[in-house]
Amino acid sequence: MRRSLQYILFTAAVFAVVLLLSLHARNAQHRRGDPVPQMQNLHVTDLCLTTEARYTRHPSMADRHAPFQEHPLTLEHFPSGSLIMPNLADRYKP
Amino acid sequence: MNNSMERHLNILEFTLASLLRRKAKNLSLLAMYLLVVFMLASLLFFVTALKREAAIILNDAPDMIVQRLMAGRQDLVPVDYVAGIAQIKGVTAVRPRLWGYYYDALNGANFTIMAGDDSAAGSGKTAIGSGVAKTRNLMVGDLLPLIGYDKSPVMLEIGTIFPSASDLIAADLIVISPDDFHHLFNFPAGQATDLAVTVRNPKELATVAAKIVSRFPDSRPILKSEIQRTYQSIFDWRGGMMLLVLASSLLSFIIFAWDKATGLSAEERKEIGILKSIGWETSDVLLLKFWEGIVISLTAFLLGTVLAYGHVFFLSAPLFAQALKGWSVLYPHFRLVPVVDVYQLAVLFFLTVVPYTTATIIPCWRAATIDPDAAMRY
Repeated sequence: MRRSLQYILFTAAVFAVVLLLSLHARNAQHRRGDPVPQMQNLHVTDLCLTTEARYTRHPSMADRHAPFQEHPLTLEHFPSGSLIMPNLADRYKP
Repeated sequence: MNNSMERHLNILEFTLASLLRRKAKNLSLLAMYLLVVFMLASLLFFVTALKREAAIILNDAPDMIVQRLMAGRQDLVPVDYVAGIAQIKGVTAVRPRLWGYYYDALNGANFTIMAGDDSAAGSGKTAIGSGVAKTRNLMVGDLLPLIGYDKSPVMLEIGTIFPSASDLIAADLIVISPDDFHHLFNFPAGQATDLAVTVRNPKELATVAAKIVSRFPDSRPILKSEIQRTYQSIFDWRGGMMLLVLASSLLSFIIFAWDKATGLSAEERKEIGILKSIGWETSDVLLLKFWEGIVISLTAFLLGTVLAYGHVFFLSAPLFAQALKGWSVLYPHFRLVPVVDVYQLAVLFFLTVVPYTTATIIPCWRAATIDPDAAMRY
């Protein structure tokens, strides 16, 4: 087989895989299980992405300046602090 | 097969042969290109899936959380506030939440401890996340030893271990009864960590929050929409790691494009001169270079996307996990539910394939329009 046809077939195959990924993702969304009922009663507010610092474990409950609040002249030093943005939502103001 | 198709196939044939003649250079270029697309696509998949999970999971979050501020810091809320808030029209339920953190001196892990109702854990019993179970090597029916505020041991029987599927919420969670919570931390009676407020009509949330603040000036309501917004902006492009990945990827593309746009090597010019002298049209040369750009960039894009999908959704994104893990002793190994955002993939395609292909054609167009003799002597 010509090399050009081989390349086109290869690209078509990889492109088909990319399209199948989209189908796989859609299928996985349909198959995702229901939340654990006990969790619903707990009124959880945050995702458990990292456990090293309070303000990255519960960012929605923490102040924006929480990383610098631990003691005078404290510096933010947890690695996850560089990945998870501080809470930028404007807190409710009356 | 019509002539046009045959012409494209012939030129593609020549392109592949030409690329294979400089195998080492082009394979290393493809590998670097693939790596850049892989990193960018992994980031896109990871952040999109996480945001979607957050939106679904936090749909069950309380309508509003009321915190209390004291001297600029979050403080315990008196349970007396419950009655005052419950009287506000539109409020259907106010539930004090008792929760905090427990540092496990045995292995240095931080756990989140919550007091739940009897359905989660009765007195002397506990329900734990699978992360806690793995860290302590525990099973249902075992005793979970915790150290109380006065250094006395508190032994709790494990009634439930939350399934691994709930790791994204509960990996580090220890649910105990309110009595055990008070006993463990010497938590003052009549106080709560914060209050979960349920409001009948979501449109009234802002009004209810205003009434709470006016009745309790030291309180701080956090609306459900604010909690959800926190997670929608949590991996914002301004975040340190995101900025680093994006900046390095964009810089790599600029270097690729710059290398291509600044001109051709003497060998490539000579090749164009020879092709023109044996009868190739300028359009044929441009088509050759177009296919050259497409072969490299499209292959890198497609393979990079497939590998990124596997990295994030089948291997749980080990490259990003290291950054998220940081100094955590207990790290949740969550499996994200796959999401493919076609719009984002299209943006990635136009950011990666189009500029490179264009940058490949422009210098060739300049070389292809000059006299073949001059091109060969260059």
